[in-house]
Amino acid sequence: MVLNSKIPEGPIQQKWDNHRFNMKLVNAANKRKYTIIVVGTGLAGASAAASLAELGYNVISLCYHESPRRAHSIAAQGGINAPKNYKNDGDSIWRLFYDTVKGGDYRAREANVYRLAQVSGNIIDQCVAQGVPFGREYGGLLDNRSFGGAQVSRTFYARGQTGQQLLLGAYSALSRQINTGRVTFYGRREMLDLIVIDGQARGIIARNLETGTLEPYVADAVILATGGYGNVFYLATLAKYSNGTAIWKAHKKGAFFGNPCFTQIHPTCIPLSSDYQSKLTLMSESLRNDGRIWVPKKAGDKRNPKDIPENERDYYLERLYPSFGNLVPRDVASRRAKEMCDKGFGVGTTGLAVYLDFADTIKRNGKAWVEEKYGNLFDMYHEITDENAYETPMRIYPAVHYTMGGLWVDYNLMTTIPGLYVIGEANFSDHGANRLGASALMQGLADGYFIIPYTIGDYLASSKFPLIKTDNPAFIESEKNSQDTFKQLLAIKGKQTVDEIHKRLGKIMYDYCGMARNEAGLKKALQHIPQIREEFYKDVIVPGTADNFNPELEKAYRFVDYVEIAELMVTDALHREESCGGHLREEYQTEDGEAKRDDEKFSYAAAWEYKGNGQKWEMHKEQLTFEYVKPSTRSYK
Amino acid sequence: MNFILKIWRQKDRNSKGKFEEYKAIDISPDMSFLEMLDAINRDLAKQDAEVIAFDHDCREGICGSCGLFINGRAHGPQHGVTTCELRMRHFKDGGTIVVEPWRAKAFPVIKDLVVDRRAFERIIQAGGYISVDTGAAPEASSIPISKANAEEAMDAAACIGCGACVAVCKNSSAMLFMSAKISQLALLPQGHPERKIRVHRMVEQMDKDGFGHCSNTYACEMDCPKKISVTHIARMNREFIRAKIF
Ligand SMILES: Cc1cc2nc3c(=O)[nH]c(=O)nc-3n(C[C@H](O)[C@H](O)[C@H](O)COP(=O)(O)OP(=O)(O)OC[C@H]3O[C@@H](n4cnc5c(N)ncnc54)[C@H](O)[C@@H]3O)c2cc1C
Ligand code: FES
Repeated sequence: MVLNSKIPEGPIQQKWDNHRFNMKLVNAANKRKYTIIVVGTGLAGASAAASLAELGYNVISLCYHESPRRAHSIAAQGGINAPKNYKNDGDSIWRLFYDTVKGGDYRAREANVYRLAQVSGNIIDQCVAQGVPFGREYGGLLDNRSFGGAQVSRTFYARGQTGQQLLLGAYSALSRQINTGRVTFYGRREMLDLIVIDGQARGIIARNLETGTLEPYVADAVILATGGYGNVFYLATLAKYSNGTAIWKAHKKGAFFGNPCFTQIHPTCIPLSSDYQSKLTLMSESLRNDGRIWVPKKAGDKRNPKDIPENERDYYLERLYPSFGNLVPRDVASRRAKEMCDKGFGVGTTGLAVYLDFADTIKRNGKAWVEEKYGNLFDMYHEITDENAYETPMRIYPAVHYTMGGLWVDYNLMTTIPGLYVIGEANFSDHGANRLGASALMQGLADGYFIIPYTIGDYLASSKFPLIKTDNPAFIESEKNSQDTFKQLLAIKGKQTVDEIHKRLGKIMYDYCGMARNEAGLKKALQHIPQIREEFYKDVIVPGTADNFNPELEKAYRFVDYVEIAELMVTDALHREESCGGHLREEYQTEDGEAKRDDEKFSYAAAWEYKGNGQKWEMHKEQLTFEYVKPSTRSYK
Repeated sequence: MNFILKIWRQKDRNSKGKFEEYKAIDISPDMSFLEMLDAINRDLAKQDAEVIAFDHDCREGICGSCGLFINGRAHGPQHGVTTCELRMRHFKDGGTIVVEPWRAKAFPVIKDLVVDRRAFERIIQAGGYISVDTGAAPEASSIPISKANAEEAMDAAACIGCGACVAVCKNSSAMLFMSAKISQLALLPQGHPERKIRVHRMVEQMDKDGFGHCSNTYACEMDCPKKISVTHIARMNREFIRAKIF
């Protein structure tokens, strides 16, 4: 199979316009005859479901929460980008495009990124009209701040709760459509399989989490907006339920998986304090705008940070990257923190932390200023650590945060299965090997509000849809497979809980496929992962039954997919013999520890095809060409 | 730290529930309340016993999923935090902790500590939005809003829809929840065209769903993890009267 990214012709500024003109339209009166399933109600899913219903399509929306508003997007703190140039500091669509391609270390598709930058301004307009209370200036106009890795102020924010406010905006639009009856919403439903009939995505099987019943849903097209798979690592900043099942099941039905190893490890999280911890908490990276990162100059220095004089502190980011300082992109900040800790400069009881210090800012602007900007983050830090960050520096350490990888999609956001679309974090597009701060919210909403409503119409208008019912053998067989899996899992009755086994998988992933990777480690991981999988099938214990609310069973069937995803991630990381973005291969770095890309050999997106149980995946290449942003070494010096 | 827990167990919507006793042993003071329950659940699972079901997801106080009634307080003894943010250091070592689900007619129990809060959805669906289709929005900066109003709207918008206000109210009133949304939209010019119909429909839906009325006890504000102020209830009442009179 040859991958076709379907990038439209023409100069980059006109591609999207041309494409919109060339796409077929569904007649307004016919739209309600088409049913579209949207799985997930995060920013991507809620915005897509609402916008498609507004156009007149018949939409089925599902998620595993009881309410759409509880999706993981709610937790995003920092902000959302748009090149409105309100600050008059030289921002433009072109600059956002350039920054995103460069920030992604030249592993994203130019045409997609340009379109993203183009529509990002409309997102802000839409959100304001919905009543999203963005931060404002005294004159009543919208405020912006600069955010991880950007030299202009283009980030819109709603205190430290931007994701919450954007999601509540999309959720309100969705609620309005539920009220009109154009969206039928099913909560506490988890998609367990994709149904493909005659080569087209035609439905899904979902489990009613309250009753355990398996339910078939038929449609003319399916959109997955199911978020990232970072919880493969067990400890991550993602919500506990976030999982990879929906995209993985689609992958096994024929959707290629793009760049699975591209993971973002976020530099500013509250460090792990012990083994019982169930997740890691992010402290918004906006903190890096005003906090200074340092470690003691002497390894193993256990003094109270206050007693360490200025000249015995190493503000290592400011030292290594004079022009970007504490605002270097996430991958660089994370890697350097790990390096400092590996060399013994780490602080705190575990030695796995660096300081993020606000003393200077408090001295300069006062405590009230810091409180207004970051109060909720300081409160959160206090509740978790029992420490007052106004008085003593915060301790931070990197944690898994985002997956740039995901199902491969073409310019229309369609996968290699006709009629299956993937939007938001669940797809692989736009961020290349590293995502810039405040651009996931932007991408999710761009996909949902402004891209999928157009591109899906073209497919619907130009395809045929034979009548399908839920008694189709494809549905029956898939239901049976799920039931068999439940039976198998419930019958093992071993000694370890799912979490215990998952934690071990997570540790292997952090150790060998985390911030820094090397051939030997990755090969080791490829030995360990199948062992863990075997152990799981022999020794896991899942209490309860499949016909009612059973959180342990949910964890178990999600783990079944995690352990397979882990193997593909490692396979991908091993094959990519270069360093780029979040993927640092230790063998490929410069003398001063910067990532060394290999554009000659690896300027492509790796799209992996599932070949069946026990078979090796087949890798397909989507060659990337850079006509507008010429690849250069990313330098933040 | 060690604790004795009395936890509500209920098989499903139709079964009767009862308290069961559990021991939590060797709990670190830095553990969150939910991590303490995780520890109990791990032991239960290892004995092939059904784990205690509770809602949760983000575990950082923002998704509004978690919500336990702990020793007679919604989200426990700490002001301004959700159950998932609550740390065990706030409890007395060796003490007994009583854990119940939200109790309200409008929030039926699904299992153990999990309740059905879809009544909140219906209130929002009735009118908790500004009717603007995708693509129809004017340029963002064409709508200036005073910083004070924007900040106050944000205070109201911070509601996470957890339902603590209903659980702690002796009338099971949803006024704090509903007023937060109405107040947010009333404070913004974008919300004005629909202000009358909005308050009307939402109040009507609240009544239909069997929530009680507000008798000004203000327990809701006390237990609200986001410190939403009852002044929003006052604003909502004004909006309601305005909708009736004008
Ligand atoms: C703590 C934190 C802070 C962040 N801060 C920022 C920020 O400041 N700026 C920024 O740009 N980005 C930020 N991000 C990243 C950003 O929040 C996410 O990438 C983005 O919200 C993902 O949105 P989504 O719509 O793709 O998926 P999600 O919000 O993850 O939603 C997934 C949806 O799919 C549903 N779902 C999943 N699987 C299934 C299934 N099998 N069946 C049924 N339903 C399913 C879920 O119920 C949910 O509704 C942050 C991320 C984290 C973790
Ligand atoms: S789990 Fe999200 S608020 Fe508690």
